[in-house]
Amino acid sequence: MTTTREYDIVIVGSGAGGGTVAQALAPMVAQGVRILVLEQGPRLDDHEFTGREDEMAPSLYEDGGGFLTADGTMTLAFGRLYGGSTVVYTGTSLVAPEHVIRSWCVPGLEHADLQRRSEKYMAQNQVHYLPRVLLNENNKLFFNGCHRLGFRAEQFPLNLDGCKGSSLCNLGCPNAAKMGTHRVQLPEAERQGVEVVSRAEVLRLEERAAFVRVHEKTPGGKGRPSEWAPGEYEVKARMIISCGGSVGTSALLLRSPVTAGLSGLGAGFTCHPAHILVAEHDHEITNDVGHPKSYYLDRATEEGFVLETCMYFPFTTAKNLTGFGAEHSALMHAYRRLQMIHVLACDKAVPENRITVDRSGKAVVHYTFTNAVVKSMVAATRTSARIFFAAGARRVHAPSADPPLIDRQSAYRLDDLITEAHFLPGRISVSAAHLMGGCAMGADSAGVTDSRGRVRDVPWLRVADSSLFPDSLEINPYLTIMALADRVAEGVQIDWRH
Amino acid sequence: MTVTVLEPVRATFRAVAATVVPETHALDTDGWATLESAVERALAARPERVRAQLVTFLRLIEYLPIARVVGRFSRLDASRRTLVLRRLEKSPILLIRRGFWGLRTLVMLGYYTQPEVQAAIGYRAHPDGWATRRRLAPPESRGTPLITLEVPRLPDDSTTG
Repeated sequence: MTTTREYDIVIVGSGAGGGTVAQALAPMVAQGVRILVLEQGPRLDDHEFTGREDEMAPSLYEDGGGFLTADGTMTLAFGRLYGGSTVVYTGTSLVAPEHVIRSWCVPGLEHADLQRRSEKYMAQNQVHYLPRVLLNENNKLFFNGCHRLGFRAEQFPLNLDGCKGSSLCNLGCPNAAKMGTHRVQLPEAERQGVEVVSRAEVLRLEERAAFVRVHEKTPGGKGRPSEWAPGEYEVKARMIISCGGSVGTSALLLRSPVTAGLSGLGAGFTCHPAHILVAEHDHEITNDVGHPKSYYLDRATEEGFVLETCMYFPFTTAKNLTGFGAEHSALMHAYRRLQMIHVLACDKAVPENRITVDRSGKAVVHYTFTNAVVKSMVAATRTSARIFFAAGARRVHAPSADPPLIDRQSAYRLDDLITEAHFLPGRISVSAAHLMGGCAMGADSAGVTDSRGRVRDVPWLRVADSSLFPDSLEINPYLTIMALADRVAEGVQIDWRH
Repeated sequence: MTVTVLEPVRATFRAVAATVVPETHALDTDGWATLESAVERALAARPERVRAQLVTFLRLIEYLPIARVVGRFSRLDASRRTLVLRRLEKSPILLIRRGFWGLRTLVMLGYYTQPEVQAAIGYRAHPDGWATRRRLAPPESRGTPLITLEVPRLPDDSTTG
């Protein structure tokens, strides 16, 4: 049996896009507008963020963090809970580069406008630089390695308040210190009367209606039961705003008869393919205490990559090291001596990289590593290896080398050892967490939406998430998603008045 | 009785696990049960098709060495097992490479997510962060408006490395 509910505005998703839209539209509730947020994942209570890798990954991420691209060569990580991916990332908060926004060529979209809106959310989310006393040696070594090579590492602004340095950001902060939408925008929206329903999977959209399945809480699983009774619902709305992220929104629109035929839908997927690189020092360093991601080196314009500090948990680290057996184990046992760098390639939208859905309606992400991406990742690995050695590392683990371990004595041969020939998809681990595109903004015929997220020829439907990006952003996308979602919400308010 | 995914291919799975993570060679019955229950939980969330592919792939591994007249995989010595798995890891066929990558990932999930194993390799992350390293503990970071805070810069000699 299907239960029917009616609202004025339904927001699908509660991450950087959905949380922002919910808060921005919340004042309309006082004017009698009924607003509902549907979140596919659960709502966790503070005490449930334990920081344990075995417990948290299955509760926080789509497919427990094991969502793979169609050919199985890359893992895509995205949050699936109240607050979306803003719960599980490290809090880095950068404004979109001006040259990127210019290159998108979206009519009506100005960098200055995005910057102004980004700054609003930086203030709202307590964005600041960590004082030096809170930086661990994993980060300091990166800074100094860069400095010795003549690179200028930049410090990340972070959206933290009360950070204790647990280093567990990617498992959801156990100290409620990360100012994601689950801490800031959603509670404020709910305070003003916006309803949020968790464990609510939107199956498809029809004319001014969302068809929803509310799931039962899994026995023994984390999170509260849904606010609604489990079952099937038809939620009627005057306007629907899809904020399910690049993969979620694209798949929803692809399996909805009213939008499935839209030109360009699912196209232009980019994701900043990434490696986790590891180096071993002679002595212990502070790595699994303190904020893990304090510095970055931006080589996007020059060489198509960005390097960031990082520190991952044992299983994630083990999975991302190439190889197996005694050498792999030895490196894992050197955990306290490990320094890590996260390598991100600035990929470009190409026709073959796109999102589709299978017969059951599940998202399928097709991704091929272009020659340019392989070249960038290999160049990034070489540069990272130089930074590791300049920082004093005794040996470096490079996925695009065979064997992957390179001793200091061989540091002069990095260009020969780390090569594109060794970048063998399926052998080396590649992951991505910056999922972008699929419902790109653009000029009349080129875009799925306009610059306010209005879906072409579907006046009751908007998009407000990273699927709007026409191409990759070259930085963490969350602040730009919030700025775009703020624009979309403003457009909704203007249109609502008319 | 619950039929598990690994049940029909358990000997091969354990032989692969002991090659991928040599420490598992020393696991007792309880140790294997812990590792395999984590793998089973991960597999339970996967489509039936994926579980069937895993079993097929493990059978392929078990009998592949016979084609080279060296015997079943689970009866090979450690060095020969390593050679077989290296061939899979670097196979020219993507399907084989990703199959092995998935299998090794499952083994590592079963082993390295165990808190005792994490402690044994020296992992110490704790929700209380710096406070658990008393000698090092700095104050908490509080949100301060970005525009008023000076960006700290490290001098070249500040590293311990």
